[in-house]
Amino acid sequence: MNARAATSDMQVNIEAARRRRARIAEEQRVNKMVRVLVTPEGAALHLKLATAAERAGAFAMDVAIQWAIVIATLLGIGFAASAMGFRNWNVAFAFWLVFYFFIRNFYYIFFEIGRKAATPGKRALGLRVASRDGDRLTANAVLARNFTREIEVGLPIQFLLMSGDQLSAWMALFGLAWSGVFLFFPIFNKDKLRVGDLIAGTWVIRAPKVQLMGDISQVVASTPRSSMYAFTPEQADAYGIHELHVLEDVLRQSTAEIKSQVATRIRTKIGWASQTGETDIGFLEAYYAALRRRLEQRMLMGDRKTDKFDVRR
Amino acid sequence: MTDMLKSYRFREERESDWRKLDRILTRAENSGVKALSDEDMMALPHLYRQAVSSLSVARSISLDQNVITYLEGLCTRAYFFVYGARTSMGERMAQFLRVDWPKSVSGAVFSTLLAALFLFGGALLAFFLCLQDMDWYWTFNGHNFMETRTPDASVDDLLATIYTQPGDVNQDQLTAFASFLFNNNAQIALFAFALGFAFGIPTAWLLVWNGINLGSMYAVFWAKGLGYEFTGWLMIHGTTELFAIVLAGAGGFVIGGAVAFPGRRSRLASARESGQKAATIAMGCVIMLIIAAVLEGFGRQLINSDVVRYSIAFGMLLLWLGYFYLPRVRPSA
Repeated sequence: MNARAATSDMQVNIEAARRRRARIAEEQRVNKMVRVLVTPEGAALHLKLATAAERAGAFAMDVAIQWAIVIATLLGIGFAASAMGFRNWNVAFAFWLVFYFFIRNFYYIFFEIGRKAATPGKRALGLRVASRDGDRLTANAVLARNFTREIEVGLPIQFLLMSGDQLSAWMALFGLAWSGVFLFFPIFNKDKLRVGDLIAGTWVIRAPKVQLMGDISQVVASTPRSSMYAFTPEQADAYGIHELHVLEDVLRQSTAEIKSQVATRIRTKIGWASQTGETDIGFLEAYYAALRRRLEQRMLMGDRKTDKFDVRR
Repeated sequence: MTDMLKSYRFREERESDWRKLDRILTRAENSGVKALSDEDMMALPHLYRQAVSSLSVARSISLDQNVITYLEGLCTRAYFFVYGARTSMGERMAQFLRVDWPKSVSGAVFSTLLAALFLFGGALLAFFLCLQDMDWYWTFNGHNFMETRTPDASVDDLLATIYTQPGDVNQDQLTAFASFLFNNNAQIALFAFALGFAFGIPTAWLLVWNGINLGSMYAVFWAKGLGYEFTGWLMIHGTTELFAIVLAGAGGFVIGGAVAFPGRRSRLASARESGQKAATIAMGCVIMLIIAAVLEGFGRQLINSDVVRYSIAFGMLLLWLGYFYLPRVRPSA
């Protein structure tokens, strides 16, 4: 009986260690996308580069918007022309072609030169264009990074649409492979640079707007029940910074059901006996405050307890 | 109140300033610098520095994720605003037309000559080959049934494509055709620029290929004794358009040269520096092509006199040469 319990204990430990390793690997992967920008004041800003997937998503959105504009104006010109009894279709079409040209070539430039340095698609995903060396983003850089779009996207499409006899099919295949190098360029370098970014000296970073929320540690302190939750130092030492941040996420954004499950697990782990009138949320908030106080104290002494497995003392 | 966390006290003291900075930035991002009051502009540098120092302190004393990500975002936005460009669109355009464009073009004389050599070299080659044996025309251009300007066409047919007949019903189609051509040419110019990245080789090929098209077409008219008339038809917008294509190619060569021969700098730094210069040239090309399209779409259809066509062609050429290469007095600011 005892032996069996020991085995299952070991299995739990192995599983926990495996998950921890996976988590650390993921953290390292995320950290690879962070670039430090030292401002002239000497402070370090951590810029997060946009992933290739985010870039592709933003681009897809922008293309959809461009097509929507182009088709809407085509229909609009058509209706307006027929409503006015205008028979000169070629002139209307010529106008539309010129308009199409401007949308095709200046959509990105117009928005990226603007104040937010981002097209609507990028803005929707919280991305923006920035100069790689931290200087201001010049109009020339925006021009350079967008004029190359023609080869990055246009060239593969042209080769894709190329048709004909066998020889030209081989040519098309070769061309497609060659131009694919430009298209997939961002995947193969660590800064996720397009060819245009390379030439222009820019990159795309994530700069989402974050709302400042209330401090959870103060919720309990402001209620009269605060004395009811008195954790011992051992109980406050049960977890580390990683668990604190998970708890913060749970408290800020998960459902009541998950909160109560988490509360049960913490109570078991620290051996907490529920008291009368104690709510799950109240308990979690109080424990969050106690844990954060303890961890911040240790951090001030230069001792970062990264997670619950971190038992250096 | 000794019970408060240190990190909370820290936050409580500064929070109102962070929010103030946030409000100012949001307003500036949404409606521009002009929407900011003098008071805001005065407060901004101080608030920015405070937020940046709050961020470094918060990283070392606070474990509140939300506060840290909020400050990271706030400081990044503020940094880009404080150190970002604040020139208006109009100022940028004026700067581009007055200084940047002519400067970047006149700084790339060697690349421009190289591009011209490829384009006109291709044209001359095709021209003489076609004159010797018209079969070359079909080799270069393939059989296109829509094309009426072929060696098989009669002199009258060819003349009809050069001059607008009185009461011509095709005027509108020509307008559409002009804008189509303009789309096409601008795309070719941008291609020539962008392909420079691959050491300029595709750029050279594109220029030669364009030259061959031009040269073989020229040969068709020349062989029928229409060289003088065709030149007028072509050059009324051609001086501008061909110049633009040559410059686009030059832009490509500037980048290609910088990537292939970076000198003492790293390849990346070299590409970046020349890329921005070349982009200025390419932007200028688009403007030139717009002007060329106007000349082509309107000027050529309305003007049927060879002499006027020639004088416009030379006038435009002199205008561009003067604009790009004439030394100018710069205010020593």
